[in-house]
Amino acid sequence: MSDTPLARRTVLRSSLLLIPGVAEALQHAHDSAKAVSAHIEYLNPADAADIEAMAGEIIPSSDSPGAKEAGVIYFIDRALATFDKDKRDLYREGLAAARARRSAMFPESSSIAALSTKQRITLLESIEKTPFFSTLREHTIIAFFADPQWGGNRGKVGWKLIGFEDKFAFQPPFGYYDAPENRQ
Amino acid sequence: MSRAPFKPSEEVDFVIVGSGAAGGVVAKELAVAGFSVVVLEQGPYLRERDFTHDEFSISYQSVLTNDYHSQPNTFRPSPAEKATLKPSVGYGRQVGGGSVHFTGNYWRFHESDFHEKSMFGAVPGASLEDWPIRYADLEPYYTKAEQDLGISGLAGSNPFDGPRSKPYPLPPMPVKSSGVIFERAARKLGLHPFPAPVAILSQPFKGRGACIHCGFCEQFGCEMKAKSSTLASVIPMAEKTGNCEIRSGCYVRKIETDSAGRATGAIYFDKQKREVLQRAKAVAVCANGAETPRLLLMSKSNRFPEGLANSSGMVGKNLMVDVWAEAYAQFEHPLNEYKGIQVTRVLHDYYAADAKRGFYGGGGIDARFNYYPISYGLTGSAPGVPKWGAEFKKSLAANFNRQMTMEGHCSSIAVESNSFSLDPDVKDAWGLPALRTTYSPHPDDVKTRRFIRDRMVEIFEASGARKIWSEYEADVLPSVHLMGTCRMGSDPQKSVVNANHRAHDVPNLFLADGSSFVTSGRQQPTATIQALAYRAADKMIEWAKGKA
Repeated sequence: MSDTPLARRTVLRSSLLLIPGVAEALQHAHDSAKAVSAHIEYLNPADAADIEAMAGEIIPSSDSPGAKEAGVIYFIDRALATFDKDKRDLYREGLAAARARRSAMFPESSSIAALSTKQRITLLESIEKTPFFSTLREHTIIAFFADPQWGGNRGKVGWKLIGFEDKFAFQPPFGYYDAPENRQ
Repeated sequence: MSRAPFKPSEEVDFVIVGSGAAGGVVAKELAVAGFSVVVLEQGPYLRERDFTHDEFSISYQSVLTNDYHSQPNTFRPSPAEKATLKPSVGYGRQVGGGSVHFTGNYWRFHESDFHEKSMFGAVPGASLEDWPIRYADLEPYYTKAEQDLGISGLAGSNPFDGPRSKPYPLPPMPVKSSGVIFERAARKLGLHPFPAPVAILSQPFKGRGACIHCGFCEQFGCEMKAKSSTLASVIPMAEKTGNCEIRSGCYVRKIETDSAGRATGAIYFDKQKREVLQRAKAVAVCANGAETPRLLLMSKSNRFPEGLANSSGMVGKNLMVDVWAEAYAQFEHPLNEYKGIQVTRVLHDYYAADAKRGFYGGGGIDARFNYYPISYGLTGSAPGVPKWGAEFKKSLAANFNRQMTMEGHCSSIAVESNSFSLDPDVKDAWGLPALRTTYSPHPDDVKTRRFIRDRMVEIFEASGARKIWSEYEADVLPSVHLMGTCRMGSDPQKSVVNANHRAHDVPNLFLADGSSFVTSGRQQPTATIQALAYRAADKMIEWAKGKA
């Protein structure tokens, strides 16, 4: 629980709350992390499963969470349902082409989601120059690192991976190289 | 005199188009001097509580900037070609304009910037000119801007700066790791790095709190009022006088003129897309280097068939843009660059144009980190790192906090055919002609970028970095820092406004923003836009009082 907003603010209270406006700003930053949707609205289950499996190779799950655990598929679904409606055709056609390749490359397989990781990587390598893949990559990365209110980055796993703390208030020293100067 | 808010039918002393870096300053100066002022702003009136740290909405959904869906741009490399749809300019679109989302870098021009043609000589293929004013004319207004708005910096630390009449009102911001690395390496090479002057408060100032180092300056609005935008600083002062109304959601389509050729007001679409005429004794257009010329070109009439104030044909011409170069490096230990303001150290050793290089131009260099989590994921990785997969993920995790950028801010030389004009076919959501950009970089700008890029790599090589790479594209596109498109000059045949920002052709029309620039300096134009705005307001006041 150490990184819940409440705990974070408790820690900050001692050092920063006396600065005018800080409490309000932190509350504001906290409020922006609104409840996220937990259901798929636009994609059908088979499409969602295949897209999620491909996103899961773009940012794979390893010793730390990847696109799947981050809920990237919820962001992509929301994008196609709302602000990226104009990318629906790209997804539909791109997915159809990827499935056709899957059948040709791995005739015994039943879906992209059902491929082994190794097979799926081989499939994605064969389409990585396509506009569909580059849009899927872009959506996956945005979803993984955007504010969790957009549906991805659940549990802030994207931010934790790279070491970004969403405190939005810091005091020097900031890093290793400025520490000597800023401690003076 | 009546008090704000005003009725559109009421003839106010000044209507100002645009409430940004320039418009906010002009509004405050005129209102404090007792004039009645209506400011028409196309964007919304957002407040600090509306600003978030949500990178997706700010950087990818045009929340604080012009929206290409409703306001399309077209682009062509040369006048012989037909322009096609392409987002090509970005500007702030809310009360406070670009001063709300800018990074905060606040460089004065050098003395040489105002007379480079005399010093350097003419440049083939370019329309390099001297300004009709000199640094000494503008110096009091740079000082006024710094003192009024709240600028942090260390006077005297940049040996290439012109003389200044006062130190900065606030001490420099605390140095970041990128600044320490940059400063050490640059000093090793005998260069002169200095603390970045920034429009961000290092200490409380005029009722506003100091910066809390959230790290979200570039592209974001500051919810702490610690960034010295016009929204946080001078616009409240203007409103407090009771003489100034900031009217948001007003998209101006025409400056109206009478049979004598004088401006009588501005016609705008209100939030419901109804046409409204705000009458005024004089008009000031501060709508930025793209929208100011576009509005003049849209303000055609029988008397002004080529657009208002355009007898020279120079409205929209001589476009100068943000010419940049970037170098990147990774280090052994964490820098944590996402904490704190973007830029804390700068150097101007390569700023002045030097004929010995064989081309016109120069640049300033700063140390910064210009990636937030999403943009780092999309484009921040070093060359050679796979674009996806396990190695990609490992590199993101290892390097986000160990990487920094040097940004080169290069000269952009004016070329007459580089321009903004009205697209003959494409319309915006209001039925107005879309902004058309015609632009190809002058060869000297390309050479300058490469030169500055090489200097940045040299500095990184002296820094102990474990990995260095760089980027510059020969094919720079216009984006931000839109300058020169209604240039200032004493010759009415070659320029749009005179040295006092008054249109040569229209006695009660003033233009003050990036469009007035004659040369580009070395980017970071906001300090000069605002110094010009303070000076322009002084000239407007003198004119209105009948002294000019």
